[in-house]
Amino acid sequence: MSRVLKIEGLHVSVEGKPILRGVDLTLRQGEVHALMGPNGSGKSTLSYALMGHPRYEITAGTVTLDSQDLTELEPEERAKAGLFLAFQYPTVIPGVSLGNFLRHAVSNVRRPDRKEGEDLLPMRDFRKELRAQMDELGVDQEFARRYLNDGFSGGEKKRAEILQLAMLRPAFAILDETDSGLDIDAVRIVSEGVNRVAARHQTGVLVITHYERILTYIKPEFVHVLFGGRIVEHGGPELVKLLESQGYDWVREKHPEAAQDEDEMEAAVRPPQVAGKAS
Amino acid sequence: MELVQSPAAAGFTEAAFARFLKGRDEPAWLTQSRREAFARFQALPWPSAQDEEWRRTDIRGFRLDAFSPPAAERTGSEARFGILSQALDAQGVARVEHRDGGLARGSDPVLPKGAILLDLAQAAREHPDLVKRHLFTQTIAGGDDVFAALHAAFWTSGTLFYVPRGVELEAPVLSAIGLSGGAVDLSHTLVVLEEGARAVFVREMASLAGADAALHAGGLEITVAAGARLEMVDVQNWNQATWHFSHERAVLGRDATLNWTVGGLGGRLARVNQEVVLDGSGSSARVNGVLFTTGRQHLAYSTRQDHRAPHTTSDLLYKGALKDRSRIVWKGMIRVEKAGQRTDAYQRNDNLILSDRARADSIPGLEIEANDVRCTHGATAGRVDEDMIFYAQARAIPRSEAVRLIVQGFFANVLDRIGVEAARETLRDAVASQI
Repeated sequence: MSRVLKIEGLHVSVEGKPILRGVDLTLRQGEVHALMGPNGSGKSTLSYALMGHPRYEITAGTVTLDSQDLTELEPEERAKAGLFLAFQYPTVIPGVSLGNFLRHAVSNVRRPDRKEGEDLLPMRDFRKELRAQMDELGVDQEFARRYLNDGFSGGEKKRAEILQLAMLRPAFAILDETDSGLDIDAVRIVSEGVNRVAARHQTGVLVITHYERILTYIKPEFVHVLFGGRIVEHGGPELVKLLESQGYDWVREKHPEAAQDEDEMEAAVRPPQVAGKAS
Repeated sequence: MELVQSPAAAGFTEAAFARFLKGRDEPAWLTQSRREAFARFQALPWPSAQDEEWRRTDIRGFRLDAFSPPAAERTGSEARFGILSQALDAQGVARVEHRDGGLARGSDPVLPKGAILLDLAQAAREHPDLVKRHLFTQTIAGGDDVFAALHAAFWTSGTLFYVPRGVELEAPVLSAIGLSGGAVDLSHTLVVLEEGARAVFVREMASLAGADAALHAGGLEITVAAGARLEMVDVQNWNQATWHFSHERAVLGRDATLNWTVGGLGGRLARVNQEVVLDGSGSSARVNGVLFTTGRQHLAYSTRQDHRAPHTTSDLLYKGALKDRSRIVWKGMIRVEKAGQRTDAYQRNDNLILSDRARADSIPGLEIEANDVRCTHGATAGRVDEDMIFYAQARAIPRSEAVRLIVQGFFANVLDRIGVEAARETLRDAVASQI
């Protein structure tokens, strides 16, 4: 059964300032979508709002997964429902090992009725599965014992995100600028990880980026352009080529109203950095 | 200046002291030491809020006349108490147990290779020279006060742990101190490692039955001679009706090493002076504090890292988590004397505040007279980071479970420094259960 993630007329404000002004997007399981747009167009806002960050206030519109409305759910309920966000800036949690953190996460996703303090997945089974996933991603077994993102290089942080994606097997994965700050080898490794998970679990993928580079590895069937807080262009892979060769000037000219909002947003709010100070 | 006898000292009067001495069979030097301490006790002023050391610690609710000198009767009982004590029991470690100021169970089993683990009063009779050489020979940590003097005058129980030159003991050795409601423990702990010795010493204080106010006024003297190495774990886990006053000091000889962990979990109010003295060149001390307060607990620690010789290092890390209306005060001092060239000293206090009404104070300090040193300090206090919580929530971990993980993680780097696995895991569990 193919599941559907549907975003309709989504308006989102941050501290009273409107950022998203009516976003419509439908993802089906197994599809790969790319969401492109210049800095400050609202890309990260969309990912945080979908995941339920309290600073991102949905002022209008709906987000549904199949028939379930996600907008009133706590972030952990959204995760259990099948949504995953790979963070642009994964948060450091000192003293909590990646393995232990993931054991809690996976236990909650696979046993959605689990209450705090109830049994986690059996250690043996969990370790075996984690080891296999780490092998596939080409990370050292030591990785699981390290404290979450603490002292991780940029590449290690993104691999840790993809390792979590692989273990949690969500129906839908949002990758928020997963390519940022990575060299080309790291982009390739991370992308192959995403493709493997998507193929295995029919994951619907939304790749948020402003570089085409990652899209040569994770090939989108659908490409959307976010500009001035709304999606102004829908297309296929050819749209990536067009943006690569011509930039966003034509988008600006074609959508003057969105361009005006884009300029205001650019001036009013720097892209908000909420998750994890880049330390 | 007119000497003001504390009105609260009724339970520890001249007459009570005379009766106390009559009941004890001790060497003359020890009786003399008690008389001098009692004179100091009578002469010393009661702590006031004007004293810098007591400015943040209000003991107006404490009534010394509610207590009397401990009876020091031998109280036999086989029942184990204390979380750490029980964890170590599985390993069959040598132990001494005291209850309510009396010996409950002597060294069992007897230590090998001439090492001694003994009730201190018994040690004063059986090894008088050894005890005389070390007992109350150190400067009182944090300076003299009524509690230090009260302790030195009236102590009944305590432990001598002595490791002769070159002897290495692999297994930990335990001193367990139990205290019932309404009772008094004035125990003194004396730890002596001679040259090149190695040992692990664990002390645990835990409440027994009864919810009445109890009192501990204790002292701890540690000597780590040249080249010796001591792993020390000291866990204070009284109930929240217990008043705790403690003066603790360790002196390190040349190239000696000390790893000293302090667990502060219990007590209604605890006031602790803790000092490490790096007296021999090349000596090195690490101090690890694990504090967790709830209810209306008040824990106050004054720490001092005293560098008196060249090429010495000290590294202090105190971490605390506070719930409800509890309070933690940490006041640290790194002191480097002129002779302490090439000192490398660090002090840090991090507190995690888990409620609006909890409060933490960190007051680091440096006093440096040498000119070629590296001394740094740091302190943080804050709430659980919302970004961390959101990240965990995004991975299906609900807020309260996320907070639990984050708080446990907060203590990980200080727990990782504890060299005794049973102690590390027991403290880890104790912290987790407090969250």
